[in-house]
Amino acid sequence: MTRALHTFVAIVLAALSLGMRPAAAQDLIADISNHLISITSDFTGTELLVFGAIEGGGDVVVVVSGPRDSVIVRKKDRVFGIWINAESAEFDNVPAFYAVAATNPLEELAAPEQLRLYEIGLAGLRLEAEPDVDEAQEVEFLDALIQLKQENELYPTAPQHIDVVGGRLFRVKIPFPADVPVGSYLVQSFLIRDGLVASAQTSPLVVNKGGFGADLYEFAHAEGELYGILAVLGAVMAGLLGNLLFRRS
Amino acid sequence: MFQIYLPIAEMSVDIFLLLGMGGVVGFLSGLFGVGGGFLMTPLLIFIGVPPPVAVGSEVNQVVAASVSGFMAHWRRRQVDFKMGVVLLSGGTLGSAFGVWLFGFLRDLGQINLVISISYVVMLGSIGTLMMVESVRTIVRRRRGTTARKKAHVHNWAHGLPFKMRFRTSRLYISAILPVGLGFVVGVLASLMGVGGGFLLVPAMIYLLGMPVSVVIGTSLFQITFVTAVATILHSANTQTVDVVLAGLLTLGAVIGAQFGTRVGAELRGEELRGLLALVVLGVCATLLWRLINEPSTLFSLSVVGLH
Repeated sequence: MTRALHTFVAIVLAALSLGMRPAAAQDLIADISNHLISITSDFTGTELLVFGAIEGGGDVVVVVSGPRDSVIVRKKDRVFGIWINAESAEFDNVPAFYAVAATNPLEELAAPEQLRLYEIGLAGLRLEAEPDVDEAQEVEFLDALIQLKQENELYPTAPQHIDVVGGRLFRVKIPFPADVPVGSYLVQSFLIRDGLVASAQTSPLVVNKGGFGADLYEFAHAEGELYGILAVLGAVMAGLLGNLLFRRS
Repeated sequence: MFQIYLPIAEMSVDIFLLLGMGGVVGFLSGLFGVGGGFLMTPLLIFIGVPPPVAVGSEVNQVVAASVSGFMAHWRRRQVDFKMGVVLLSGGTLGSAFGVWLFGFLRDLGQINLVISISYVVMLGSIGTLMMVESVRTIVRRRRGTTARKKAHVHNWAHGLPFKMRFRTSRLYISAILPVGLGFVVGVLASLMGVGGGFLLVPAMIYLLGMPVSVVIGTSLFQITFVTAVATILHSANTQTVDVVLAGLLTLGAVIGAQFGTRVGAELRGEELRGLLALVVLGVCATLLWRLINEPSTLFSLSVVGLH
């Protein structure tokens, strides 16, 4: 529900921001190769092609961000010789996946405030802790969150480089790892001129699971009681069948 | 090689590894007449299955492992159904409480810890008791003496109120005892994914004073139904039951148990029991090591509201 809401709000905001700059909007046209990534049991990761054209020069930045959720970061501590989860901090609006591609290093393109306004780049991501988290802890836990995401290839460390052909056409491949989270994604393309976002375009992307495993997962989460009753019936049948097969010999 | 995707555990595992684990634990359970849940859950944790899913799936597998034994004892009229139903009333409450506690601990971020510590305590005590028992029996046999069996004695338990008559067991005891015992075993089933026979059987003999002839059948009755209840409650509340995982383990276990039963009939008990005690203590030590060894990363992430 909240994911869908976030996506909706983001799309509306993106549409508004385009509407406010009608002249600049035509300076950037972008699209993606695929609006649906389906994860089946043999899925080992994939690449998404983002391509488009710009008019009148400038730099291009592509941001792919996954569904946003609240995430709890927990830190283990040694208590009576055992490592247990002790301190924790909750962060809101954490994208499950976040990748950036740009024609030039982000810090050369725009001031931090501008990057932060559009949430471009890890430094620009507005990840805020719940009010009960103090500042020193927030810094430590936010670093840990980003590091864990990077280790899992969900926040790719090296930004992909975008080449612009003939000053007009651009294309870039964004890699997705095998365990990419499901949900609604946003692919945002920005045209940056003189340190400011001159134009932006947003394409929605859906990542979902397909096949038998996904159906079973859906069923288990949507109809828990029925799933449980069927699991018990299956186990009873398996137990009795096994007994029947081997009793004769 | 032949990876299979476990939809609830959300991971891929070699199908033959699961069948093999099911087979080995099934063999051991056939050999010793134990359920095997207390070995399977830690093994699943060792291969990387999230502890909550290991518990939820194993409790489902125990249904399959105990139902045929229950049916066999039923055919031989070795089940005290009245006692079973009283145990089960406590067991249902206990398993509901266990599932609630499970969800509560998961929200706190402590479920993995509690599962591991519970197993360390349980395997440590079972392993030690089994080891002592088998060494004592071996020493006694070498000396050529036999142990004196203590007759059923009256104890504090006989002073409790709400007495009930159990004709099949030829008992007139307070219902509080079996209800309480069922409750404890129900909690263990939900929290640890075990049938609880290791606790139930001695308690039925020594605490309730039931005749040995109906103890196994009645305990299997209770285990089958309590694990069934725990499976449904876990499916409804914690979504940790992976039927693909449970099914593969059952397939391996059914085959392994057949060989175990046959081998067990030909071999002497004490040495084997000592060996099982070693396995149990080894699993216990590994779990303990994982708790006290400094983890490679101190931080972990969990998404709020998404289980």
